[in-house]
Amino acid sequence: MSTAAEGARTVARPASRAVRLRRNPVGRLLWKLPFWILVALIFIYALFPFYWVLRSAFTPEVQLFNTPISYFPHHPTLENFREVLTSSFFRRALLNSTIVAGSVTLISLAVGSVAAYALGRFRFRGKSAVLYAMLSMTIFPQIAILGALYTMFTGFHIAGPIDFPKLYDTPWALIFSYLIFTLPFTVWVLTGFMRALPADLEEAAYVDGATPLQVFYKVLLPLIAPGLVTTGLLAFIAAWNEFLFAQSFIQSQNHYTVPVAILTFQGASGNAFQTPWGQIMAATVVVTVPLIAATLLLQKRILAGLTAGAVKG
Amino acid sequence: MSSVATPAPAPRRRRRRRTKLQRRQTRLAWLLLVPSLAIVALVAAYPLAKTIYQSFTNQQFLAGLEPTKWIGLENYRTVWHDPAWKHAVILTLKFTVITVSFEFLLGLIIALVVNSKFRGRGVMRAVMLVPWAIPTVVAAQMWKWMLDDTFGVVNDFGVRAHLIAHSHAWISNPSTSLGSACAVDIWKTTPFVALLLLAGLQVIPQDLYEAADVDGASKLQQFWRITLPLLKPAILVTLVFRTLDALRVFDIFYVFFGNRLDTQTMAIYIQSTIVGDGNVGLGAAASIFMFLIIALFVVIYVTFMRVNEE
Repeated sequence: MSTAAEGARTVARPASRAVRLRRNPVGRLLWKLPFWILVALIFIYALFPFYWVLRSAFTPEVQLFNTPISYFPHHPTLENFREVLTSSFFRRALLNSTIVAGSVTLISLAVGSVAAYALGRFRFRGKSAVLYAMLSMTIFPQIAILGALYTMFTGFHIAGPIDFPKLYDTPWALIFSYLIFTLPFTVWVLTGFMRALPADLEEAAYVDGATPLQVFYKVLLPLIAPGLVTTGLLAFIAAWNEFLFAQSFIQSQNHYTVPVAILTFQGASGNAFQTPWGQIMAATVVVTVPLIAATLLLQKRILAGLTAGAVKG
Repeated sequence: MSSVATPAPAPRRRRRRRTKLQRRQTRLAWLLLVPSLAIVALVAAYPLAKTIYQSFTNQQFLAGLEPTKWIGLENYRTVWHDPAWKHAVILTLKFTVITVSFEFLLGLIIALVVNSKFRGRGVMRAVMLVPWAIPTVVAAQMWKWMLDDTFGVVNDFGVRAHLIAHSHAWISNPSTSLGSACAVDIWKTTPFVALLLLAGLQVIPQDLYEAADVDGASKLQQFWRITLPLLKPAILVTLVFRTLDALRVFDIFYVFFGNRLDTQTMAIYIQSTIVGDGNVGLGAAASIFMFLIIALFVVIYVTFMRVNEE
């Protein structure tokens, strides 16, 4: 830090040409112009693909396959959305994804917040070891255990009368395996929230004779409620977006999750020769708009949660 | 020691009481950790141990086809000599180098832009979260459609703007397929990289720049002498996360190419060996190789960080 400051100080120089340029109004505009062009480019780069999805979703299927292609739907239609939302295949996938991602999120929050309480508010030996184990779990390559999970899910004998249940091709296989990445992440981020709380409230509760568990769910849990929402949303998004396990452990169509369904989508009007892109794009809108809306709504908190998981690591 | 007269027993008793309280606290803390640790053991530690064991056996998915037996290093030898695996490793490394460097450079530029004060800065930050929130499979589908050889916007715009002479089959043409996969990843992840770097930028104290301004240092000098050195921790963490993520890439390649042989990444190779061929033992051996490659990268980064700290 000191070297940086000293380094900057040793190169003292009179006002540069750039500074002089910025002093008159025209110069200021010229100076700012490249900056605004850059901002516009970033804006277009980030949003254009999504605009294209919207444009394709609202364009009638026939016009989608006309050349030259048009950049705006001249005869916007809701036909693609209607097709998608009435298809039982896609509705089923939405339901499956909601059940899987919802259960994984709830389990992670319930189990993870208890662990975060221990890691964030207690002092004990082995704490940092547990924390590091959790952190390393978040970068764990899930593919490494694909084969083991695959054979585990076909059911096997544990001991005596106990068998590991056959989870293959059920939502349980996904709920079970998604905990690999949602739980350590939840523990890690919630520990950060727990640690940030002041000690006085907790002490006051102890003085009043509260037990540690009462302190947990009557004092601390309400205080980190915003953190729970953010962490829950991040875990939900991760589970909602997961593809490798969903593709590997699910075989029957009525257990497909959204990513698998979007990939194999064959709309009512689709045939073997032409992918129904209009309907796929409509499905894309249906799937992503809630996520984007939730993300934008909780924008500030999400940024805090994400960077807590990464930058402070 | 010198003052024997001081009441020694009292503090000792207090200390013992504290340790008793501490022991109770420790016990409670571990008790609270039991559910999480049990789940982690069941969903991660046990499967990992099982994978290591399976890599030494001829385990098949359809048990009963042939009895599972210990075959030593046979699987490792097979994977090691498999040209398809070698190809997958090289392809994955290429993908990693290309995407991580582009994402870092573009992300840094975007972070610097969004970090400066201007009207609409909040909107820009929100906009940057959009690609991040879109599922990778969906993003890949979007781009597959945009890169379509006849009805895709990339070809149409490229021809209209005279950037390309004629339409290309970006995804099916082997010479552009890796590039198109990289484009999706760069689009989806660059904003996220920018957000991580932005978090690092915001921690840099502003008075450093003010002091540099007073001393007449140019913006470029300020960038090289203040921003970059102080951003180093954030940069390294971002690079580690991105590299590890890129090495296990699966979704984009699966959506774009299915099981096309010339575009198999390490993860695709493993998944198709296990799920497609049902050859769990062989896939497990490949998983261990992949695990070692990832571990190698972690070691390199960690040593690099250590060296930099000194």
